[in-house]
Amino acid sequence: MARYEGLDFYAIDKQLTDEERMVRDLVRNWVEDRVIPIIEQHCREGRFPMHLVPEIGEMGLLGMNLEGYGCAGMSNVAYGLACQELERGDSGIRSFVSVQGSLCMHPIHAFGSEEQRRRYLPEMATGKLIGCFGLTEPDYGSNPGGMVTKAVDDGDSYVLNGAKMWITNGSIADLAIVWAKLIPPGGTLADGRIHGFIVEKGDPGFSAPEMHGKHSLKASVTSELVFEDCRIPKDRILPGVSGLKGPFSCLNNARYGIAWGALGAAQACYWSAREYALSRTQFGKPIASFQLVQNKLAWMLREITKGQLLALQLGRMKDAGTMFPEQISLAKMNNVDIALQIARIARDIHGANGILDEYPVMRHMANLESVYTYEGTHDIHNLILGRWITGIPAFE
Amino acid sequence: MKIGVLLKQVPASDARIKIADPSTGIDTADIKWEINPYDEYALEAALQLKDAKQASSVVVLTVGGADADQRIRDALARGADAAVRLDDPAFEGSDCLGIARILAAAAKAEGVELLLAGKQAIDGDNAQVPGMVAELLGWGNISVVDKLEFADGTVKAWRASGGGARDVVEASLPLVITCDKGLNEPRYASLKGIMMAKRKKIAVKGAADLGLDPSTVGAAAALVVEDNWSLPPERPAGRILEGDDATRVKELVRLLRDEAKVI
Ligand SMILES: Cc1cc2nc3c(=O)[nH]c(=O)nc-3n(C[C@H](O)[C@H](O)[C@H](O)COP(=O)(O)OP(=O)(O)OC[C@H]3O[C@@H](n4cnc5c(N)ncnc54)[C@H](O)[C@@H]3O)c2cc1C
Repeated sequence: MARYEGLDFYAIDKQLTDEERMVRDLVRNWVEDRVIPIIEQHCREGRFPMHLVPEIGEMGLLGMNLEGYGCAGMSNVAYGLACQELERGDSGIRSFVSVQGSLCMHPIHAFGSEEQRRRYLPEMATGKLIGCFGLTEPDYGSNPGGMVTKAVDDGDSYVLNGAKMWITNGSIADLAIVWAKLIPPGGTLADGRIHGFIVEKGDPGFSAPEMHGKHSLKASVTSELVFEDCRIPKDRILPGVSGLKGPFSCLNNARYGIAWGALGAAQACYWSAREYALSRTQFGKPIASFQLVQNKLAWMLREITKGQLLALQLGRMKDAGTMFPEQISLAKMNNVDIALQIARIARDIHGANGILDEYPVMRHMANLESVYTYEGTHDIHNLILGRWITGIPAFE
Repeated sequence: MKIGVLLKQVPASDARIKIADPSTGIDTADIKWEINPYDEYALEAALQLKDAKQASSVVVLTVGGADADQRIRDALARGADAAVRLDDPAFEGSDCLGIARILAAAAKAEGVELLLAGKQAIDGDNAQVPGMVAELLGWGNISVVDKLEFADGTVKAWRASGGGARDVVEASLPLVITCDKGLNEPRYASLKGIMMAKRKKIAVKGAADLGLDPSTVGAAAALVVEDNWSLPPERPAGRILEGDDATRVKELVRLLRDEAKVI
């Protein structure tokens, strides 16, 4: 197969700075050399490619859009492009980087104490310390405000009880950003307010068993986090935020990256489908010469190009500080949606070959099912937009 | 010690080459450029010497137009300290010797003691320039090196010398060394490197800056003239032999003996 090239139908490349292009090319080459050759095997075995973490850290991709503390301080567009290239490799690799940077380093950077920043961020930037983000619970997914994990002030420490589920990186993490309701003295869960806590591996009463049996994101670690009278020092609370605003600020950053990332998976599928259609002969000619196949490819081209324009403009607004969350919802929802449809159509174009892991399409397709659900399901983003349009929240 | 790395941009190894005009050369319109892969080994070797504090700085020397800046920036992002792009209308149409004259003058002007280069550029595959640079400077030259040790100003270099034998060459500075695959594993740039590269300047120098007599370089001075470009003949399609294994093996042996004349 010819060497992968990204799709640039609308000359979006020319809208990028030299530096952004360099980041894109760096990550693209790294993915080509280091991820593509091993990823199918890792998926087959359900193993996260742990050996890539130091390399990802060395390049500086972890927390790359943060300033200081060993972070590269790049633009959000550069961060988006990195996500796109990583997810062209595999959504699991991109998930690792999203969780580390946007969901774990960002809250420490934005809401942590100076001491916490210095203690964790430099080593997280190199990948020496791995983080995970615990928001979702077995009974509270789309409705995290209902969470029942609680923290109680016990003099010189906080005591956490509860469980998180579906936590990316959980079992390989050195620290977890855990969102729990801090119960005031003598109060009940209903009086609790959501706070972020840093729980470290080895803290008493904390365990993170891995979840098995996934058909999706198989090269990514997904775990439960269990807190049984888990006692942590007082200085592990994130002092700078309370309420759902905390986790949502993290999610906004990660969702932004996903809006780009999904385009990487979509382009990988488009690329593979195009190559396959040109080389596969049926009825005496390449299947690419049939109008129905061309229609499918044209649709992919059209949707990817629109998605790129959404992502780039979203990134420029984020860099300018003018982006608002509903705009992220639109891009996350749209780009993941089209990526998933493109993956399915690409699978179709590959015929029976499409179900083999000799081609990347079914892996991307299965991965994107998770991406469609996590970081706000497709429909939750519809509801967010519905609220923006009508002013009427329809969540409950 | 200051190291100079001779770095050239070449069409990507999988680029589809088209001839624009047989008298001028290839069509560069849709070409994606990259750093000559062998030059990447040279750059990496230089950066490793710098990391090991055996070199004080690494300067990239490139003959080329502004379109080479992106490749130079990549080298700067990986850790090179400075770059000089040698660009002058007088350089147009230089042959290998002309390019070598430019690079030798630049190496002198930059005060480098060690020049590292790829063993060849994968576009023209001439493998001439570094040797000529060494000759012009009166320096030693070790070519096609795949292992390098450096201690107290003495270089020990390993190279394949054919038939599975290996040469071990010891030499002292100043030197020109050309690098082969296997010497090292070129590093990726880092984002911090990319940010830092933004602040590094690519100096552009011409004949006058180098004190180079323009009549010794460029098309007029070229001893080698490229006047007719054509693509290599298309490889004929392979042949699939028919029949059962026994007949096909027999037929294959016959073809290898009678047609290909290799057995
Ligand atoms: C591989 C993977 C990794 C993950 N990693 C993390 C992680 O690192 N950290 C973390 O905290 N979480 C993580 N998650 C969890 C993820 O964020 C949740 O799965 C997601 O928020 C959806 O919650 P749920 O699965 O409970 O689905 P539910 O909320 O039960 O939703 C089920 C369905 O109901 C629909 N629905 C729900 N509410 C409404 C409504 N009001 N109106 C209309 N439709 C509605 C949804 O759209 C969906 O279609 C991960 C999930 C996966 C699959």
